[in-house]
Amino acid sequence: MNETSPAAARLTTRPDDTRLVVCPAGAWTLAATLPASPAALQAPDPARVTGISFDCTALTAWDSRFVVFVRELEARCAAAGVAIERDDLPQGVRRLLELADAAPERAAESPGGHERAFLREVGLQVIAFVRSAGELIEFTGAAAVAFGRLLRGQARFRVQDMLRIMQDVGAEALPIVSLISILVGLILAYIGSLQLGQFGADEYVANLVAIAMAREMAAMMTGIIMAGRTGAAFAAQLGTMTANEEIDALRTAAIPPMEFLVLPRLLALVLMLPLLTVYANLMGIVGGAVVGLLLLDIEPLQYLVQTRGAVDLGDFATGLIKAAAYGVIVAVSGCLRGMQCGRSAAAVGAATTSAVVTGIVFIVVCSATLTVVYQVLGI
Amino acid sequence: MRSAGKEEAAISVRGLSVGYGDHVVQRDLDFDIARGSIFVIMGPSGCGKSTVLRALIGLLEPLAGDVLFGAENFWEAPPEQQDRLRQRFGVMYQGGALWSSMTVAENVGLPLSEHTTLDAATIRRLAELKLALVGLKGFEDFYPAEISGGMNKRVGVARALALDPAVVFFDEPSAGLDPLSSRRLDDTLLALRDGLGCTMVLVTHELDSIFAIADDAILLDPQAGTVIAQGNPRELREHSTDARVRRFLLRGAA
Repeated sequence: MNETSPAAARLTTRPDDTRLVVCPAGAWTLAATLPASPAALQAPDPARVTGISFDCTALTAWDSRFVVFVRELEARCAAAGVAIERDDLPQGVRRLLELADAAPERAAESPGGHERAFLREVGLQVIAFVRSAGELIEFTGAAAVAFGRLLRGQARFRVQDMLRIMQDVGAEALPIVSLISILVGLILAYIGSLQLGQFGADEYVANLVAIAMAREMAAMMTGIIMAGRTGAAFAAQLGTMTANEEIDALRTAAIPPMEFLVLPRLLALVLMLPLLTVYANLMGIVGGAVVGLLLLDIEPLQYLVQTRGAVDLGDFATGLIKAAAYGVIVAVSGCLRGMQCGRSAAAVGAATTSAVVTGIVFIVVCSATLTVVYQVLGI
Repeated sequence: MRSAGKEEAAISVRGLSVGYGDHVVQRDLDFDIARGSIFVIMGPSGCGKSTVLRALIGLLEPLAGDVLFGAENFWEAPPEQQDRLRQRFGVMYQGGALWSSMTVAENVGLPLSEHTTLDAATIRRLAELKLALVGLKGFEDFYPAEISGGMNKRVGVARALALDPAVVFFDEPSAGLDPLSSRRLDDTLLALRDGLGCTMVLVTHELDSIFAIADDAILLDPQAGTVIAQGNPRELREHSTDARVRRFLLRGAA
C-alpha cells in the first residue's frame, strides 16, 4: 500500500514437465487491477496438469488481494483434484494461508433466517402485533401494581427524579405545544368559516373551535406531540440503559426498574399531559380568535361570549380525561419498548420507532373508544 | 509495504502532551515505533493510555507535540490528508465497536467498499479471508448481536485489518477474554504481524500478553504523568532499576 503507482499486476504460466508453474508479477494489491486467469487455472484439468507450483520472483508487492487469489486457486485445484505447492510462495503468504486454514474455534450454525418469505413475514407481524398488545396490557398492570406500592409508601421511588422528568416533559414542551395548538385553532376556524359563512353564521366559528379543542383536538394533538417528543425519549433512554446492562444492574441491586424508572415517568406524564392540554385549549382558542377577529370581523366580546356559551366545564373534563389516558399510553409504550430493547445501537433505534408507533396507534384507538363511551353515557 | 527497511520508524511521537482542556493527562512523550514491530503502551488503569492512543489515531487533538506517520505530521495535515493517513492504519476498539446494523462480513467490507474501487464479490472474498484469519470462518452472515463478546473482538481485529493497513492499533485487545481466548488472540496477532508485516500498537496492562508478544514498550505513570521506562518489557523486568517499573512488571512483588 506504500506504492502510490503500483507496477501493473501480470500473470503468466509456464509448463514444467507435467506440472504448471504460475508466475505472478508486479504489484498484487487492493489498488491493482488483476489480470484474468488463463483457462488452465480457471478449470485445472488433472488429465493435463498433475500439479501447480508458484514462481514469485517477479512479484514486487502483495497484500490480501494476492492471498485471496491463491486461496481461490487452491479451492479450484482441490475441487479438480490437482495438487498445489505452496513452497515457493512468499513466507508471509504461506503464514496467512495456514492461519486462514486453521479450523475455526467453533463451527458456525446457520444465522437465524434474515431473509423471509412474504407469507411468513405477514404471519410473524400478526403474531408480533398480538403479542405486543398483550405485553402492553401486562406492562400497564405491572405499572398499576407498582403504583399501588407507591401509595402504600413501599415503592423505591425518587421524587427528585419525577420532578426533573416533569420539567422535561411539561415546561420544556410548552413552545411546541403552543405552536401546534395555535395552528390547529387557526385551521379549524378557517375551515369552519368557509362552511359557516355560507349560512351567514360566521360567529359560530367560535363555538366550533371551542368544542373541537376542548373535547378532542387539544388532548389528541398534545398526546401525539408527547408520543413523538417524550415517548421516543423514554424509549431511547431506557433502551440505552438496557443495552448497557444498567437495567440488569438495577434488578440485581434489588431495585425494581418498574418502580425506579417507569413509575416516575408514568406519573410525570399523567400529571403533565392534562396540564399541557389545558394550555393547548387556551392556545387553540386564541388561534381561532385570531381568524375570527382579523378575518371575520367578529367583535372580541362577542367571540368570548360565543365561546363561553359553547363549552362548559364538562366538555373540558372529557378532554382532560382523554389527556390523562394518553399520558398513560405514551409513558407505558415508551418505557415498555425501552425495557424490551436488545443490546445494540440498532435495537435502540428500533425501540424508539416502535414506541412512537405504539403510542400513536393506541392514542387513536383510545380516543375513538372514549368518544363512543361518552356518546353512550350522553356526556 | 513489505519492501521498507526494518529500522525506519512507522510512527514517531515528538513532545506529545495530551489531556482535556486545562487538565494534562500525559506530557512530553517522545518515542518511535519501529516498522513491523509490536509496540505496547502500558501502564496502570487511569494513567491515560487510552488518551494517548486517541491522539495517535486522530480522535483527540494533542495539547502539544507531533505525531508523525513516516514523514507526515498528522495533526498539521489538512483534513483530506488526515483522511488519507487514516486509511493507512486500522483500529480495533475495546468492545469491538462493530456497527450493529450490519453483518460481520459487511462490517469488515465497509472500509473496502468506501475506500477502494473493488467490486462487491472481491470485497466479500477479502472479508471472508480476514474473518478466516481471526478464526471466524462461516460467521460472515451473523449480526454482531448474534455472536459472543470474544468473537466481536475478533471481528474488530478483522475489520481493523480490512484495508491491509501499515499500522494497526489495538485498545485493550485481551480485556474481558478468558486466559485461553486471550492466548489465542496473542498467537493470532503474532501470526498476522509475521504474515502481513504490519506494525502493531497495543494499549494494554495484561502482563502475560505483554511479555508474550511485545518487541518494545513504553510504561506510562499516572503520578509522573509521562513515560518512566522504554524498551523490551522482558528486559525491563529483569534489568530496570526503577522501583515503579519493577513493581508494575512484577505485579507489586518487587
